[in-house]
Amino acid sequence: MIPLAALTMWPMTAQADVTISDGWARASILASRPAAAYLTLRSDEDDQLIGITTPIAGHVTVHGVETDANGVSRMSAIEALKLPSGETVTLAPGGMHLMLIALTEKLEEGTVLPLTLTFASGAKIEISVPVLGPGASGPEKE
Amino acid sequence: MPTEPHETPPKSQLLRSILWAAAFTALAGVAIYSGLEMYLGNGSKNVRYSGEAAIRSEFSLTDHTGQDVTQADYSDRWQMVFFGFTNCPDICPTTLAYMASVIDLLGDDAVKVAPIFITVDPERDTVPVMAEYVSVFHPRLIGLTGTEVQVAEAATNFRTWYERTEDDSAPDGYFMAHGGYVYLMRPDGAFEAVYQEGGQPPEVLAQDILEKL
Repeated sequence: MIPLAALTMWPMTAQADVTISDGWARASILASRPAAAYLTLRSDEDDQLIGITTPIAGHVTVHGVETDANGVSRMSAIEALKLPSGETVTLAPGGMHLMLIALTEKLEEGTVLPLTLTFASGAKIEISVPVLGPGASGPEKE
Repeated sequence: MPTEPHETPPKSQLLRSILWAAAFTALAGVAIYSGLEMYLGNGSKNVRYSGEAAIRSEFSLTDHTGQDVTQADYSDRWQMVFFGFTNCPDICPTTLAYMASVIDLLGDDAVKVAPIFITVDPERDTVPVMAEYVSVFHPRLIGLTGTEVQVAEAATNFRTWYERTEDDSAPDGYFMAHGGYVYLMRPDGAFEAVYQEGGQPPEVLAQDILEKL
């Protein structure tokens, strides 16, 4: 609880006034399986999240999940995640998420995942998010 | 020294907003679920066209220990069934973790329910992959795989649907689109109810199941 609290001492603000909070990743099952990370973004000006990198994954994509009227869920990549001014954009289980593939190692519970986020405004924000258990469903529950 | 009233970051306020958001999401989930249920007619209590539900637990698959199994192998228990795939980054781990919570919440009655995860991606989800994957979520979670034909048959009997979608950003270049439902089936394989993760907290689903057992 205490080490996690230290890690979640956000919000953290960069020059473009993008605030990132509630970041966390879920421990992955196998290194060969995609992992997911979640966070909440808020920008004071219209902006877009256009790139995410981490040293431990070959590729990170923002994914949306759409569930149609038949209950079928489809994922689709979001190239540029719109951050309308003053609006809180939440990535959470069952909805939008960061998908990490081509992991060099699996995400182990209790470690931290470094992420670099690049925005259309040119801002770059580096964060580290805690890796919670494979059964975690949110940052506040562990 | 006087403290400034607005200096402290409103952490509890943030938490409160998160909780409200969670509550709202849950409510929205229930609303969507109810709408879907009415639309699909699957679990509808108001409309019944025949005496027997179309959804049946009927399959011939291989479990994560390599044993060939059919629904008859679980006929001494209720079944909680979810279709998904192990390369699924979000919905599947979320739902399987949810099912694991429900099993834990059933306490001593957990032995009366078989939690079953059926892959819709048998090409990649072989027996050893399933074994390692399910063990992460719950020691009692059963992983089932099979041939493409066997999996298709199982999905047809559950009236669920899946589809391979090509996506350059996906591992091996494809994802599986699939239904996100958790089916509660009676020991004889007959349909009892359908749920969605996010439709209700695990405590509510566990209570619901306990009342039915």
